[in-house]
Amino acid sequence: MTTQPSPAQNTSTAHQYTADTVENAAATPETEQPYAALGVKPDEYDRIREILGRRPTSSELAMYSVMWSEHCSYKSSKVHLKQFGEKAPEVDFLLVGPGENAGVVDVGGDLAVTFKIESHNHPSYVEPYQGAATGVGGIVRDILTMGARPIAVMDPLRFGAADAPDTHRVLPGVVRGIGGYGNSLGLPNIGGEVVFDPCYAGNPLVNALAVGVMKKSEIKLAQAHGPGNKVVLFGARTGGDGIGGASVLASATFDDGRPSKRPSVQVGDPFMEKVLIECCLEIFAEDLVVGIQDLGAAGLSCATTELAAAGMVSAGVGGMDVQLDLAPLRDATLVPEEILMSESQERMMAVVTPANVERFFELCEKWDVTATVIGTVTDTGRLRMTWHGATIVDVDPRTLAHQGPVYHRPYHRPDWQDGLQADTPDSLSRPKTGEELRETVLRLLASPNLADKRWVLEQYDHRVRGNTVLAHGEDSGMLRLDEESNLGIALATDGNGRYTKLDPYTGAQLALAEAYRNVAATGARPLAVTDCLNFGSPEDPEVMWQFAEATRGLADACLVLGTPVTGGNVSFYNQTQRSASSAGGPGSQAIHPTPIVGVLGVIDDVTRRIRLAFEQDGDILLLLGDTRDEFGGSEWAHVVHGHLGGLPPKVDLERERLLAEVLIAGSRDGMLSAAHDLSDGGLIQAIVESALRGGRGARVVLPETVLDQVNGDPFVALFSESAGRAIVAVPRSEELRFTDMCRFRGLPVARIGVVDGDAVEVQGHFSLPLDELRRAHTRTFPALFG
Amino acid sequence: MARVVVDVMLKPEILDPQGQAVQRALPRLGFDGIVDVRQGKRFEIELAGPADDAALARAREIAERLLANTVIEQFDVRFDTALDSASAASPASAATAHGTAPSAAVTEQAAS
Amino acid sequence: MSARIGVVTFPGSQDDQDALRAVALVGAEPVALWHRDADLHQVDAVILPGGFSYGDYLRAGAIARFSPVMEAVITGAREGLPVLGICNGFQVLCESHLLPGALIRNGGLLFINRDERLRIESTTTAWTADYAVGQEILIPIKNGEGRFTADEHTLDELAAEGRIVARYLDNPNGSARDIAGIANAAGNVVGLMPHPEHAVEELTGPYPGPATDGLPFFTSILKQLVAA
Repeated sequence: MTTQPSPAQNTSTAHQYTADTVENAAATPETEQPYAALGVKPDEYDRIREILGRRPTSSELAMYSVMWSEHCSYKSSKVHLKQFGEKAPEVDFLLVGPGENAGVVDVGGDLAVTFKIESHNHPSYVEPYQGAATGVGGIVRDILTMGARPIAVMDPLRFGAADAPDTHRVLPGVVRGIGGYGNSLGLPNIGGEVVFDPCYAGNPLVNALAVGVMKKSEIKLAQAHGPGNKVVLFGARTGGDGIGGASVLASATFDDGRPSKRPSVQVGDPFMEKVLIECCLEIFAEDLVVGIQDLGAAGLSCATTELAAAGMVSAGVGGMDVQLDLAPLRDATLVPEEILMSESQERMMAVVTPANVERFFELCEKWDVTATVIGTVTDTGRLRMTWHGATIVDVDPRTLAHQGPVYHRPYHRPDWQDGLQADTPDSLSRPKTGEELRETVLRLLASPNLADKRWVLEQYDHRVRGNTVLAHGEDSGMLRLDEESNLGIALATDGNGRYTKLDPYTGAQLALAEAYRNVAATGARPLAVTDCLNFGSPEDPEVMWQFAEATRGLADACLVLGTPVTGGNVSFYNQTQRSASSAGGPGSQAIHPTPIVGVLGVIDDVTRRIRLAFEQDGDILLLLGDTRDEFGGSEWAHVVHGHLGGLPPKVDLERERLLAEVLIAGSRDGMLSAAHDLSDGGLIQAIVESALRGGRGARVVLPETVLDQVNGDPFVALFSESAGRAIVAVPRSEELRFTDMCRFRGLPVARIGVVDGDAVEVQGHFSLPLDELRRAHTRTFPALFG
Repeated sequence: MARVVVDVMLKPEILDPQGQAVQRALPRLGFDGIVDVRQGKRFEIELAGPADDAALARAREIAERLLANTVIEQFDVRFDTALDSASAASPASAATAHGTAPSAAVTEQAAS
Repeated sequence: MSARIGVVTFPGSQDDQDALRAVALVGAEPVALWHRDADLHQVDAVILPGGFSYGDYLRAGAIARFSPVMEAVITGAREGLPVLGICNGFQVLCESHLLPGALIRNGGLLFINRDERLRIESTTTAWTADYAVGQEILIPIKNGEGRFTADEHTLDELAAEGRIVARYLDNPNGSARDIAGIANAAGNVVGLMPHPEHAVEELTGPYPGPATDGLPFFTSILKQLVAA
């Protein structure tokens, strides 16, 4: 039994509306069309006319405007993103690569994992709760549409200065939105970051990652096949949410004082998405769909064109006819152009054989999900849409989905880059005495970026589904996939905007290195990468240079580490124009280039996972890797001196790979009590975090081997942010075996102390009781956000 | 068509942290002398048939059984006398009950 | 020979799978129950799990309480069927008037997911017999509407009749008298805001531990059913 809405609900009540049909368009080539207001450039408009051989109908123009927007077409980034494919390492576990809704990797045990990260930055600035909530909803649907059960989410977040008034407007709303939506979906939130920097004021970054699991044989693709098959729109009804949000918000910067062009934001209903998930999974279990696509940015325009185009490309033949007036509406006054651009949430589109339609609808009915047949797959090679019988769209869907403009945006290295790199932190005054060092530890520990984040994290459910092995407060989020075999996966996200501003190529590589290191520190083997590239305006050649360098760096690093990019997202226009001239100099209004990298790893046995907490008095503390005097972009330079300059830490990918191998081997063979990677705040920050988490102190003695590397300066040993390092705690009985393994493999290892007592003591310099450390660590967020 | 409004508020003895949060926020916006704020819910129900006592009784029953948790909430029911044409975004049907955004009851101290 | 313990799934239920797992872990037979099905399929006990049934629309549990399965649960409960309502399940039990009082918004207004220390106050219910009175346990909470409230008379009655099942040692949400869980007069129906089903495995339970303090909720009912 098909659910067809009554005609009255779908007749537009805008009585003045007359459909601009194909016939009409062909007959009236001179009609002025508001393409500029829709974000379509004159040359793009000419191209559309050329493609169609006539002017587009207003519905077609709406579709081109959203599908060819930056957000949907990646027109400025495509030429650079190609590298991820061209330089992809040869691996045998990549089941679905970039280009689909999400990448899929084989994790063994007959299981496949799909994961991806996306941004919802601008909407979160406009309406923090709903922006963040719908960001979570959108990425979860991308995972669902691959045929997977979504099993977890993560959220890398960036905000302006912690004490800025606007941060107080944005942060609580974003956190409540992520919690409100994710918790209601029953998805554990297992990781992410909260980072503050003035550069993000006005342009917060809300990136959302989702991960799902399915059997390898159950992967679904977004392709419409089989002429005669039905096209079903199901989920929420279509309303006026975010009309033009995709093409306008994400393709234009926020301007001070000017009203936003399309004020309607998307509003999410997590309950609807939860039942949609359960409904879809039952539909998948009975293998009732030929293809499936979720409706995200550009809603119906995107779903129909992508399904049709992908079908045509993969099968050589295809097409789709759609009766747009059959789409169930929440708002009866919507006209076709608006329906096509609507970004109402919680909607999916499936291609179903006629034989399966009845059972498909039965399952929708069981979960109270609205479902409507709105079209049919054809072999015409065209996407045709009618409105009450009149043809309003007749296009080759590939021109919309695949043949959007490709820009070769000009780029050049900023002339201030040399000056920025020359302005090293070497001359900044450094703490020398034990008292000064002690104070610096406390000051950094209490700074917003390093402070305890439980004010945020306790608003997220990290337990639901009962498979969370590690979550916030550990180096990675780890999930058990199989209760019998204990197969598991681990995920970590990282991305340091300051490092990337100093050197985009290296900064992007460091983001990958850190996420890779984080996964390995918990005992999982890094496999694959997803990325969310957050940058300023691509029309600014300096920003474009940052983008080109960062993508080049990331692609090169993925090749060396053997971890392919499986999919990701680009967010441009994170920039606020304060003057008519384009941004320039270190005071530029663009955000720091912030490539967020997510790494997925696999662990054969989750019971072997390694926490970062010091759990056992007497365990020996070892520092792995080399330490150098490297403070460019460091937390210390930022917090104490407000300084950003110099070069980021050197990246040595071979060293990262070796370190990861040692950590994984150590955990697998039971040699490690704890492991924690070193990053922001350096060695002492890592030691303090491990001590606080385990409730056990440490007696640290900086050894000659380490001090020799840093000119004998304990400050450098404790706070430098050199990459490729980790600390481990090993039981006394395992120390020799472990250090032998390190030496045998060529990984520098130095004994730096022992787990003991209730203070973190650095011999000869200072002692900090755990209570005092805990107070400094946990005071900041409640004081800031109440 | 009878249009009934049901206001649901927490009983006075129930602590209302949402109302308190609103009350705390008002001085920051420059509003002084706010003695108390309580937050509740308002439902607008359209019933087929005339606006008579029977309609009111039906609405009261709806409120008692579903709209209010009488353990912690109290309600009052009345006909909607205000004309409100702007809210007709969704299709009208025989009996539509839709909860709207919470309304705040604000008690202000008379200016001294 | 084992006990059949049903776990109801409403649209929006989240922790139904976790409750089913906990039941299986202790050796009972988990039975999934669908909200539209008024047949309880000969289960010996019922768990109403955590989650956001019906999106918490109107009020948490307000709509779930009218579903067909609840008619059977209410009837069964009045006849002695053991019922455990966890979090959203507790909310459904209060809305159904199987338990007194109500759960409202946390005092701090924020959703809280945290491992909480509780004290078991009563071991005479079907679900807590395996604990000792005064035992301190660590059980995760995760809710936005977890504040238990009732009039003074009801609160006095609950205390006098030994029907307070568990209290928070460090009240996270302003619950009256620090109440984390209560029972009906007969002791077969228990409502609990914290989630014992999330503290049943070393691998996934609270850290720092103890990680499995929630198990006795499930072993208690199993023992009672098997002995019957």
